[in-house]
Amino acid sequence: MDVEILSRAQFALTIMFHYIYPPLSIGLGLMMVIMEGSYLWTKKSVYLDMAKFWTRVFALTFAIGVATGIVMEFEFGTNWAAYSRYVGDVFGSALAAEGVFAFFLESGFLALLLFGWDRIGPKLHFFSTLMVCLGAHFSAVWIVVANSWMQTPAGYHIVGEAMGARAEITDFWAMVFNPSSMDRLIHVVIGTWLAGSFLVISVSAWYLIKGRHRQFAEKGLKFGLSVVFIAVILQFFSGDSSGKIVAKHQPMKLAALEGVYKTQTHAPMTIAGIPNNAAEKVEYAIQVPGLLSFLAYDSFDSEVRGLESFPAEDRPNINVIFYTYRLMLMGWGAMVILSIMGVFFWMRGTLCDKKWFLWLLVIGVIFPQIANQMGWVSAEMGRYPWIVYNLLRISEGLSESVTAGHVLGSIIMFGIIYLMLFILFIYLLTQKIRHGPVMKEEESTHYHAMETYVKEIGHGKQ
Amino acid sequence: MESSNLILELTHLQIIWYVAFAALLIGYAILDGFDLGVGMLHLFSKSDRERRLMLNAIGPVWDGNEVWLVTAGGALFAGFPEFYASFASAFYIPVMILLGGLIFRAVAIEFRSKEPMAWWRWTWDVLFALASFVIALGLGLTVGNLIQGIPLNEHHVHTGHFFEFIHPYALLVAFLAVSLFAMHGSIYLMMKTEGEFHEKMRHFVNPCIITFIVLYVMATMATLIYQSHMIETIRERPYFFIIGVINMLAIANIPREIHLGRDMRAFLSSCLNILCLLSLYAIGMFPQLLRASNAPNELSLTIYNASSSSLTLHILLLMALIGIPLVISYTAGVYYIFRGKVKLDAHSY
Repeated sequence: MDVEILSRAQFALTIMFHYIYPPLSIGLGLMMVIMEGSYLWTKKSVYLDMAKFWTRVFALTFAIGVATGIVMEFEFGTNWAAYSRYVGDVFGSALAAEGVFAFFLESGFLALLLFGWDRIGPKLHFFSTLMVCLGAHFSAVWIVVANSWMQTPAGYHIVGEAMGARAEITDFWAMVFNPSSMDRLIHVVIGTWLAGSFLVISVSAWYLIKGRHRQFAEKGLKFGLSVVFIAVILQFFSGDSSGKIVAKHQPMKLAALEGVYKTQTHAPMTIAGIPNNAAEKVEYAIQVPGLLSFLAYDSFDSEVRGLESFPAEDRPNINVIFYTYRLMLMGWGAMVILSIMGVFFWMRGTLCDKKWFLWLLVIGVIFPQIANQMGWVSAEMGRYPWIVYNLLRISEGLSESVTAGHVLGSIIMFGIIYLMLFILFIYLLTQKIRHGPVMKEEESTHYHAMETYVKEIGHGKQ
Repeated sequence: MESSNLILELTHLQIIWYVAFAALLIGYAILDGFDLGVGMLHLFSKSDRERRLMLNAIGPVWDGNEVWLVTAGGALFAGFPEFYASFASAFYIPVMILLGGLIFRAVAIEFRSKEPMAWWRWTWDVLFALASFVIALGLGLTVGNLIQGIPLNEHHVHTGHFFEFIHPYALLVAFLAVSLFAMHGSIYLMMKTEGEFHEKMRHFVNPCIITFIVLYVMATMATLIYQSHMIETIRERPYFFIIGVINMLAIANIPREIHLGRDMRAFLSSCLNILCLLSLYAIGMFPQLLRASNAPNELSLTIYNASSSSLTLHILLLMALIGIPLVISYTAGVYYIFRGKVKLDAHSY
């Protein structure tokens, strides 16, 4: 196998594993703000229990997110050295901004959050929670800005020629607010809210099934459902708007997402089907006539460019993009159905008694993960053959001195280590869930050790 | 921000960023240095209680220490992208081992105390100590090769092979790094423990110090003889010589403070030792970042030909002015809370 395929596989493995955790942190950040805000508002202790419990889960997802994030930070240089040379001036500053404005804000205030319950006032503690939530959202901002710059570059110029060419910033804010960054950011952030709130829903539903922590679980379920219900609606509009941006700036990606082979007006929206590249058509297609032209360009007679208008060797992997995009949509659809059912049962007052539905909610935690992961796969693979759209090809971004053996070795290493890390995550998460929202628990994260240690100091037992 | 309203000259910015990057690396070496050292000494304690004491001495801080590495990596990518790219791809295997080792260590620390079986704990203990050793060795090997230089072509791409990194000088620096971190870690443990275990640690410290001093003298001589480019800056600006003098005084002060029972001061001397050692490295390399061993004057990456544009360095400087106080207050806060001796309780590792 060649270095290009292996390096892409390695990046996919490490980034997809990494991306399990940040959405959970960002979404849980929002949930923590809602829970602690409710506590400050109503002074009911159940909200405080919720805030404390989910802060501990947050700390776990954050820690693993950091560990896997360090790998990403260095992987650009190890495997994509030519790319790093080319974009360092632009991309590097967005990554540095992520480090400063997001990472430090988050890690600095997280310490206060975890051991500050008894040491600082409730208002100051709530402020810390807000800062952690803000820091988590900032990390999404800068990472999506950096990635969007690769999709729709702006605010730069090219200096040098041939091998020495590279992009330099000319206008920082034009780089930050490049054509796709804000739409994609909103889409990503709503996706993280869904991930975080579905984790809360899932765990709460499990407690209700087991008949444990009933009040805690009922409140959690309702908070989670409220956020999900709003977020799936928002995501509909955000998805539509992101789609229009893709149509405007990356027509080939649109054609691959929608399985459009022939350039046509009144282009249909394909709900399902099997793309056949040899015959250049989608087999067994279920289509809504004209809808794609309308959604992409606001009018039924707009022309949608088909894949036939792009050189064959430059076309992305249509099968993967077509299916991952539909899996994302199905993930969203499943969340829509669950949230509508949930709100319906809630209105009828039977939400907490329907065991079969609670079980559905327990498994529901997988749907936002599917939607987030598959959405990213289709967005990133849809950029093919470009690593920076219309500027640098993927094949031109590789490290010149790295061999296939190097990359394969590192894939094996990361495969083993990430498997262990995932087992650890599930182990610690189930331990926390089994234990439930009670303080003084047997738990091994050092944050918790920190918490008890500070208490000891506070009581003069040192 | 646009190109027109820039304040500082490009060369000044490049020097500022070189200093900032060196400072981040020194911060990382001082902080992660002792927990790598504790990891390497882990197997020398035989009883489970002692091992848990050692783990919990670094328990609250080890992953905060890695924040410095994250920051250094980010600063490198943004400030000197050409060096970041050439360095990371040339040192592919050491960088991967470092990354894998860091995560692996975290997993080992979390797993080991979860089950009471002796074989379970022994397995994770061995892996934890091994990972710490390999990381320290890899870091030292990398520094040794950065001093010696590596072959580069005209596009700043490494033209050699991984096995060429393993040569006597680099191995000497690698073992110097291992002994440095082991010494640093043993002093840290002494500072953080009390009673019988504290006395035991006092016996650990001496062999560590002796090994370090022997390797330090050897490495210094080897550098003076074989890597004469490292002393050019000091020859031109003799006042930098004072750092070398402070370095030796700091090393000499360590056994003295330990003898007087002042653990905290011994640890600070050890920190000063690392600070001086790496400052000498940074001064010796200046202005080179990645030395081309085949044609040092033509092909080397320097802070002048590997940096980002003036605008980007300005933007980064603004970010650093906001970020550095945050990092320092975060680090200081965590250490302040965890000051004092380590104790085991139900929540320990």
